[in-house]
Amino acid sequence: MNRLWALIKRYYHRLGSPQYFYDISTRFLPWLVAVSVLLCGFGLIQALLFAPQDYQQGQTFRIIYIHVPAASLALSAYLMMALSAAIGLIWKMKMAEIIAKVCAPIGASFTFIALVTGAIWGKPTWGTWWIWDARLTSMLILFFLYLGIMSLHAAIQNTQTAAKSTAILALVGVVNLPIIKYSVEWWNTLHQPATFKFMQKPAMPADMWMPLLIMMLGFYCLFVVLVILRARCEIIDRERRSRWVKELILATKQD
Amino acid sequence: MRDDAVLFSALSFQVEAGSITQIMGANGSGKTSLLRILTGIMPAESGRVLWFGQTIGKQRVEYGAALTFIGHLPGIKSQLTPLENLAWLAPEASVEACNLALRELGLSGFEDSPCYRLSAGQKRRVALARLYVQQRPLWILDEPFTSLDKNGVSKIEALLCAHTQAGGMVILTTHHEFALDSACVREVMLGTALC
Amino acid sequence: MLNPHPLPSEGKAFVRLLMRDLVAAFRHRSDWMNPLFFLLMVVSLFPLGISPEPQILAKVAPGVLWIAALLSTLLAVDALFLQDYEDGTLEQLVLSPSSLYLMVLAKVVTHWLVTGLPVALLAPLLGIMLNLSGDGLWVLTLTLLIGTPTLTLITAIGAALTVGIRRGGLLVSLIALPLYIPVLILGTAAVVAAVDGFAYQAHLSLLGAMLALALVLAPFAVAASLRISLSN
Repeated sequence: MNRLWALIKRYYHRLGSPQYFYDISTRFLPWLVAVSVLLCGFGLIQALLFAPQDYQQGQTFRIIYIHVPAASLALSAYLMMALSAAIGLIWKMKMAEIIAKVCAPIGASFTFIALVTGAIWGKPTWGTWWIWDARLTSMLILFFLYLGIMSLHAAIQNTQTAAKSTAILALVGVVNLPIIKYSVEWWNTLHQPATFKFMQKPAMPADMWMPLLIMMLGFYCLFVVLVILRARCEIIDRERRSRWVKELILATKQD
Repeated sequence: MRDDAVLFSALSFQVEAGSITQIMGANGSGKTSLLRILTGIMPAESGRVLWFGQTIGKQRVEYGAALTFIGHLPGIKSQLTPLENLAWLAPEASVEACNLALRELGLSGFEDSPCYRLSAGQKRRVALARLYVQQRPLWILDEPFTSLDKNGVSKIEALLCAHTQAGGMVILTTHHEFALDSACVREVMLGTALC
Repeated sequence: MLNPHPLPSEGKAFVRLLMRDLVAAFRHRSDWMNPLFFLLMVVSLFPLGISPEPQILAKVAPGVLWIAALLSTLLAVDALFLQDYEDGTLEQLVLSPSSLYLMVLAKVVTHWLVTGLPVALLAPLLGIMLNLSGDGLWVLTLTLLIGTPTLTLITAIGAALTVGIRRGGLLVSLIALPLYIPVLILGTAAVVAAVDGFAYQAHLSLLGAMLALALVLAPFAVAASLRISLSN
């Protein structure tokens, strides 16, 4: 038991060190990029060319292969941001603060993609570019939450204060997420007869959801790649006065 | 640290009862930041502040009850009168004591006018009046003599001496030259930033 | 004579802060009267901008009134913490031995008494201007009475996070508005239900539940945010 505890403590300190993260991510990044490109590429080909048409929505439903992974990531990114923010706040781990900071713009971008693809999905069905249904509206509010966090971060100059304040905001947002989701869904039932929920995924045979699964995995890998890339930039920026960064810069300059 | 610049490091000193500690240094050397760290408002990047052997973070309530901090801002509400402000800041003080303190600092006749009618120097004197009526052991004062005339300055100097003679502690920053017996004033010098 | 004086009881400290802020607020009337005038004018803009037809007005009235109340809450946000930050009393409050949770609660209560409560009381008048029916007027006032404290608590979180930022007022809106949305949805739904003759008690209880949740959790977030914002 003591050995396990010592092991956990050792990894806790190592993981919390930005330099360690930078070093191991340098090694793993090319593999991760390759994996995500492969998955996304394969998934897209399957989605666009080989998956059968939906009998009701025709070709347009193919947009779900981007919309659903993006929407799922939008939420997961927020949860991850809130979790790292909490860790950074409670245990004052620098790496956690960095991860929390970089998740915000990436999550916001995925939310935006989800919104746009959702709108594109709606156009042929409803004839309008935007529809106030429960899912899109919840996505929009999530987008606003992201914007709030990013604006707060940008407005505070001091790095520590910015990290702590946005951590509190992220936690407040996370507590509110179920409340917002519930009230928006309820609001939607008040105003729309629930006869046709066009955002529902159609009941899918295997050759329809296989590409979806692949795309989901691919998107999640892509998310990890993006987080690592941004985190590396953030690490270099924050640690620019430390010796290892200066040596790194000198080494790359000589190449 | 301020904006990633190290203001001071490896600073360590002890404050004894009955002493006045003056933090000295050039402008921008971090005097105000040090005071704010000592009060607990600002967390130090590394290091600890100990009060009777325990970090102040662990005894926030006790430390708060033992400390009077007067910073750059007066810390009084301008819609309230000096008496009302003192009643809020020092609820245990009697009205007579407050009146006496205000008179001592030359504010008699202004006790009942709202503080927005007072000048900057007068507002500072209202803030400092708190030191007369509230007898907490540790005083941390950031430039207490600004906006004071000669009379006010000597009054406050006398107050500081009386406080330390009764066993209290004062930590302050000031550009003003002390007219006090320099034996009871101890200086802590903040140098330029080390890197 | 030099002992730290016995710690004041928390309840007394709460009441004293409440009284101090109420007295200060009443002496600085524009802080709370301006948002009310704003509310009146904004509500008048809607018939001018949309249509004066009674049926249309009655249909949009619940939403318009709630949104106007929401916006005027945001307008009054500076009176929560910014003024105290600027005159130095906020750092005195954070340094004082009293529990910051209770001090924050006292500030929120005063702020609500001075900005939220008048909005709720003014609601019937505004409702009449927008042709809201009798039942609707009564429920509107009720929902605002229960909802505006929640709004104030949410605004306090935003205000505490941005108190040290210059021109942070707009940022408070960005932070607070998404969090207002559940309260807005429930409030307007209750009024619409009342106007259409349906039951609205469930909506009111849900609003009450939100208020209870906010009352318990928000002051923690506000106190933590204040300490962080002041730590520069």
